[in-house]
Amino acid sequence: MTAITDIPDAPRAARRPQMGNPVLHWLRKNLFSSIANGIITVLLLVLLAKGIFSFVQWGIANAVWLTPTSDSSACRAARGLGACWAVIPEKYRFILFGTYPFDEQWRPALSVVLFIALYYLSTRRALWRRELVYLWIGALALISALMWGGVLGLSFVSQDRWGGLPVTLILATFGLAFGFPLGILVALGRRSKLPAIRSLSVLYVELIRGVPLVSLLFMASVMFPLFMPAGFNIDKLLRAQIAIILFAGAYLAEVIRGGLQAVPRGQYEAADALGLSYWRKHRLIVLPQAIRHVIPPLVNTFIAFFKDTSLVLIIGIFDLLTTAKTAIIDPAWQQFSVEVYIFVAAIYFLFCFAMSRYSRSLEAPTTPK
Amino acid sequence: MTADHPRPPPRRRIFALGRNELKGLFWQVLVVGIAVAVIAFLWSNTVTNLSARRITTGFAFLGREAGMPIADSLLAYNPRDSYLWAFVVGVANTLRVAVIGIVLATILGTLVGISRLSANWLLSRLAAVYVETLRDIPLLLQLLFWYVLMQALPAARAAWRPVEGVFLSNRGLILPAIPFGPPQLAVLGTAVLGCALFYLVRRWLVAQQMRDGKPRPAWPFALGLIIVVPVAVSLALGVSWTIERPQLRGFNFVGGLTLAPEYFALLIALVTYTSAFIAEIVRSGIQSVPRGQWDAANALGLRRSFMLRQIILPQALRVIVPPMTSQYLNLTKNSSLAVAIGYQDVVSVANTTLNQTGQAIEAIALIMAVFLTISLSISFFMNWYNARIALVER
Repeated sequence: MTAITDIPDAPRAARRPQMGNPVLHWLRKNLFSSIANGIITVLLLVLLAKGIFSFVQWGIANAVWLTPTSDSSACRAARGLGACWAVIPEKYRFILFGTYPFDEQWRPALSVVLFIALYYLSTRRALWRRELVYLWIGALALISALMWGGVLGLSFVSQDRWGGLPVTLILATFGLAFGFPLGILVALGRRSKLPAIRSLSVLYVELIRGVPLVSLLFMASVMFPLFMPAGFNIDKLLRAQIAIILFAGAYLAEVIRGGLQAVPRGQYEAADALGLSYWRKHRLIVLPQAIRHVIPPLVNTFIAFFKDTSLVLIIGIFDLLTTAKTAIIDPAWQQFSVEVYIFVAAIYFLFCFAMSRYSRSLEAPTTPK
Repeated sequence: MTADHPRPPPRRRIFALGRNELKGLFWQVLVVGIAVAVIAFLWSNTVTNLSARRITTGFAFLGREAGMPIADSLLAYNPRDSYLWAFVVGVANTLRVAVIGIVLATILGTLVGISRLSANWLLSRLAAVYVETLRDIPLLLQLLFWYVLMQALPAARAAWRPVEGVFLSNRGLILPAIPFGPPQLAVLGTAVLGCALFYLVRRWLVAQQMRDGKPRPAWPFALGLIIVVPVAVSLALGVSWTIERPQLRGFNFVGGLTLAPEYFALLIALVTYTSAFIAEIVRSGIQSVPRGQWDAANALGLRRSFMLRQIILPQALRVIVPPMTSQYLNLTKNSSLAVAIGYQDVVSVANTTLNQTGQAIEAIALIMAVFLTISLSISFFMNWYNARIALVER
């Protein structure tokens, strides 16, 4: 077992005057503070060096970066020795945009840029005003117009041809945009004094949270047609989107409920004393405070939820992960799935890492260092 | 108690509701009415659709022959068995991956969480990188990645042997194992019984110590009940404990314990992914123990292990246990991703059933029942444990 930082045997060390080279001092303090620590450091360094060396050999030194179009012979030759990054330039259009018409792929690309801009603007505290809601509505409408087309001289593209990153972002963003209001309603319902509304909310939240998302998605893809009147059919993507909204609503409701519980009683009483109605009380007094309390866990839920959209692979919807998996069905490139998965993992990582950094920056001012 | 002015008894109003009550009643009737209407609408559609497709509702189909293959299972299974048995086999497979996954993820997560707090800069940085990377990549992607790596392993003939007797190939992980039969189980049962008895003895010893303050060593009881008695039983019955080493015969292995590639990939993915979350929980739990507690324990001159066991851990556990429960539930629910790589857990079996019989509602209802039961059992156990370790307010 290694020493734990917070154990205060520091005073003795602090009294010792700092001697000589600051680099050496740092090394001694952080890497070789005891014999056990020294052994751990050396062991880790050896393992790390081995790992990095073999990764560099596989991923850089022996890797194949570019090949002539759809010719994987160079990659096959290097198989087992080096990575075949050439599969990425070969397939990236398909991985990112699926079967969207090739010449029109600037439209999903622009949608992705719009999504990222929307996320960025939503993180600015200065913009947390009512206008942000209008901005979201406007941006989502614009993205729909871009993706579907049929207006402004854009050709119509039906949603079974959509794929890749835009689909992942659509599932996540629309899931949140609709799941969030739903979550607020359910959270309020769960704290309501009216027994019928409270029990309905509890039933909804517990049922959804009790089962895996996979089974909800199966339900959406298999049972939804059974629920609808004969002849009425909605698209697979929309069905998955509905399942994801219901799923997000239940999880967000629990987070928001935590925030509602953190609002002091006096705030409710003051709002009542002012004679505000139930909805005005919550909209003007309670919810702004409640949501502010739970922003970090909300962002964590968003991250979990963004990753969970990848589960639509199981019901065959072409999100980023499914396009990646499909791209390597091509016999010529079949053996290079590891490289493709690493590429896609990097994309997911960038989005999630940015969100988790943001969540930490939100927590920072409240927790003293 | 101060005496208030005697209040007049509240007037009983039975039919005269106040304005707020009326409003509340109106909202409830409205919401329940909408819910009932929606459910009735969906239900009538479903009934019509089912009769149009000639599917009879009900669980009668469970008695029919399943005819689906289940490659890797804990229980004996044959495609000629009923759907009901296929479901049971699926549940056993889910539990097999969930229980072992929870144990391994807890161990790995705790190690990483402690490493994250290590005074060794390199170790804590590496642990941080581990946590950050695994948390920010979808589990399904990690699962597919591990599965691809499994398939890329050499064939059985050229299997890797990291340790003598252990084989890693595209047939999965093959480990040496002790063949288990009734005599071995009997010995194991004695040991478990010994543990239970020791628990009771220890409680009694602690109660004695509470009374007169004299410490009484517990280890002779532990030695006797958990080790000496089972060993004696084993010798008396002449139980053999020979380890069976797997051997390569032709294209496959004979003997030993085989973890199929699907199961192994699923286990690795679930354990590593969940351990990253558990590491963060453990870290924040340990950090939540105030510095003064470390100082006080040091000032008393307690040994390190004693300090961790008796002072720090009991306090950290109070913070750790509640979020740990939800991680265990997550791991169990995430095990349903097995369907993506063809490991037949309960969701996968239900899905096949659904495709073969069209009994969608029944199949989904079974999944929900299974997962709700597992979730409630885990919550129940963890709540009991949490109540046990909770702070006793004086």
